[in-house]
Amino acid sequence: MSLVNYATREITCKIVYYGPGRSGKTTNLHYIYGQVPSDRKGQMVSLATQTDRTLFFDFLPLDLGTISGFTTRFQLYTVPGQVYYQATRKLVLQGADGVVFVADSQSRQLAENIESFQDLHANLADHGVDARGVPLVIQYNKQDLPGDLILPVAELEDQLNFRGVPSYSADALHGPGVFETLRGISELVLRRLSPTTAGGR
Amino acid sequence: MPLDPRHRFDSLVIGAGNRLAAAAARAVAEAPATTYNPLYIYGGPGLGKTHLLGAVAELASLLQPDLEIEYLTLDELRARWMMAISTGETALLAQRFDRVDMLLLDDVQFLAGQREAQAELLRLATSLMERGNQLVMTSDRPPSEIAGLDERLVSRLGGGLVVDVAPPDFETRVAILRVVAAERGLSFEPGVLEEVGRVAYPSVRELLGALTRVQAVIAIGERAQAIDVPRILGTHSTPSAPMHRTEARASGTEFESFLSEMQTVVQQQMERWQVRLQESIAYWAGEGYRTAVLERALELPREPDVSGLMATFAAAVEHLRGLATQAAAVDPALGGHAVFRDPERMAEAEDLVEQALQGTTPPGGPSPSFQREGFEVGSSNQLAVHAADAVISEPGRKYNPLLVYGPSGVGKTHLVHAIGNAIAAQSGGATVVACVHAQQLIDELIAAIQGGTVERWRTRYRSAGVLVVDDVQFVAGKERTQEEFFLVFNAMIEAGQQILLTSDRPPAEIPELEARLRSRFEGGLSTPIQSPDRELRERLFARYLLAAGRPTDPSLLRALGEHPIHSVREIAGLVHRLGAAADAAGEPLNATLARAELGLTALDERAPVRRSSQGIGDVAVFLDREKVIWDWPDASARLIEELR
Repeated sequence: MSLVNYATREITCKIVYYGPGRSGKTTNLHYIYGQVPSDRKGQMVSLATQTDRTLFFDFLPLDLGTISGFTTRFQLYTVPGQVYYQATRKLVLQGADGVVFVADSQSRQLAENIESFQDLHANLADHGVDARGVPLVIQYNKQDLPGDLILPVAELEDQLNFRGVPSYSADALHGPGVFETLRGISELVLRRLSPTTAGGR
Repeated sequence: MPLDPRHRFDSLVIGAGNRLAAAAARAVAEAPATTYNPLYIYGGPGLGKTHLLGAVAELASLLQPDLEIEYLTLDELRARWMMAISTGETALLAQRFDRVDMLLLDDVQFLAGQREAQAELLRLATSLMERGNQLVMTSDRPPSEIAGLDERLVSRLGGGLVVDVAPPDFETRVAILRVVAAERGLSFEPGVLEEVGRVAYPSVRELLGALTRVQAVIAIGERAQAIDVPRILGTHSTPSAPMHRTEARASGTEFESFLSEMQTVVQQQMERWQVRLQESIAYWAGEGYRTAVLERALELPREPDVSGLMATFAAAVEHLRGLATQAAAVDPALGGHAVFRDPERMAEAEDLVEQALQGTTPPGGPSPSFQREGFEVGSSNQLAVHAADAVISEPGRKYNPLLVYGPSGVGKTHLVHAIGNAIAAQSGGATVVACVHAQQLIDELIAAIQGGTVERWRTRYRSAGVLVVDDVQFVAGKERTQEEFFLVFNAMIEAGQQILLTSDRPPAEIPELEARLRSRFEGGLSTPIQSPDRELRERLFARYLLAAGRPTDPSLLRALGEHPIHSVREIAGLVHRLGAAADAAGEPLNATLARAELGLTALDERAPVRRSSQGIGDVAVFLDREKVIWDWPDASARLIEELR
């Protein structure tokens, strides 16, 4: 899927929220959904189990209106975090213009975070995509939890952000950091609109 | 009426509602009377129709300063007519409009029910169109919805492009507010303009009115950040529960600020030169052209002359289209050739067209040495010459086809080439005369079948005004040639192009000639040329001797005339031979020498044959056994009897 369709004058950004299970990807989307005026958002599609675990994926279409003559749309997806939904994750990741890695800040979740982050890179590689070329931001979610339960951002940075991508601390349930993350990834993606910086897209 | 100078394209905020109208208006301003004429823009009041008219005028006069542009509302136009009628100066008014290159007419919906005004506008519009001048109109409704509008006027007004302007969407409203705020030198707290823009006013005027109200409130001292826009605008009581409303507003801000940032980012990115180039690439790729050259330009480290590049590419495509059309005219299969879709293969495309055209150039013309004046007429070829003269006077109509048949060397080719030469000469060279030997026709067809260029083969022959096919008996048994020739033949006869044929025998005697072709050959005129008779022979000898610088005394010509010959070529040969004999003998050519050279050998050998052929009847009598006395009585016995 091409980011810009010059013939129909459309910009479509596919942004995938990736991360381990229960890290808060769907919560991010729900918060955004709640903020968007009704004339701007499409129906949020959520395929969840009875216990609210994402079964397949969540999909939130956002209409940014016409900018410089281009009808601009964002499509926000989440992948199911559980390990056994590997095939679905891979499918959802296909054609992503940008990835938000939602890490769970709880100290006991560190291993899952690392595993999921490696899984992301493996899946991108499977799609024949060089992970270094894909816009990526990291969100350290659940930073609102008591300090003894979570790792400080600096340590998470050490463990996860070896590529030095933009990172944001967030409390997806209540909102702080959610739009900052979205803004961060959107800018990275949109900066690639012009061909020379897009690496030949 | 003067136009508002603020009404320009660069001050026009373009959104989904007016994009089409703006694009059409710009096209009209850039090239009046060539794109959409008339251009009819309609939409509700206050949506910028007059702004568009002003922008057209501004841009058009910028591009062509000497363009005569007139802007009028329909009411003004009507007032001028009234005035002209009352002062008896209608002709003067008509002249005035005759000088206008572009007429911009606002609010034509007021034509409703006005018969006189409609008639005048119809006359004016027709006159403008006929003189190739541009007419742009605005109205609040499409032509078909103007009550009581004359059908002719409906079709005239709708004949160009009818395009609507819709109320602006949220983004466009915000953009308009920002532009106007900037124009008025106002600055607002973030979110204020968005809040104003959120109200879906049906027109831009009302939107700007709202802005003015907000501006006025600020002016009386309310703190900008504390402005309660919905209260000022009285939009508090809009449906939806108040609680939700508050929540939506409070939460909307986060999204709105995200949105506005994204707009800035996209705008920055989309204004880059690569984007313009990408759009151009997408367009041309969509049209089916190869855009590799533009794609390479994208890789350049610095901004190239994008406009120049795009213009050059467009010109190249235009040229390719021309070439493709040329090629398709020759051979429809060529039109879709890939070289016509790749501006980088222009040279190849040109070569291809050149080859195609060469392949379709009709075969060579008639030999200039065969002229009608040089053709000796005798009883043996009288009919053929008469037919030839008729064809020359009415090519393609009198005898078509004309088929001349006869033995070899009697002047068939001379005669048909002479017809070709005469027709070409009398048309001043305009008529293309193509001469071809039947064998060449066959060979070329075989090559065309091999190369898949049969269509070009057909075009090559059909493009001739006069087609001469020599020795047409050669097509006998060549089925495909007969079929193709049949098609060419029919096409040419139908188009009134003359066909001239020669053959060594009449069509009826050509074996393995398809009946449909035979009947067509005979459908014109088949005329024989026989071997020259004695009188013609003498004249021909005289001409050839004269040409060879030999004496032509009557006794010599008489002697030569006796010599039976079958073809004109033979005469030429004999003249050469006699000349050589005379030179060898060291005396001028005379009857004795000629007799000695030809007569003793040739005459003696030929004479008996000739005599016998003349006396065939006698021989036949002798061959009748009943009439022959086979056993004469013994001579001695006869004598004895007589002596008794």
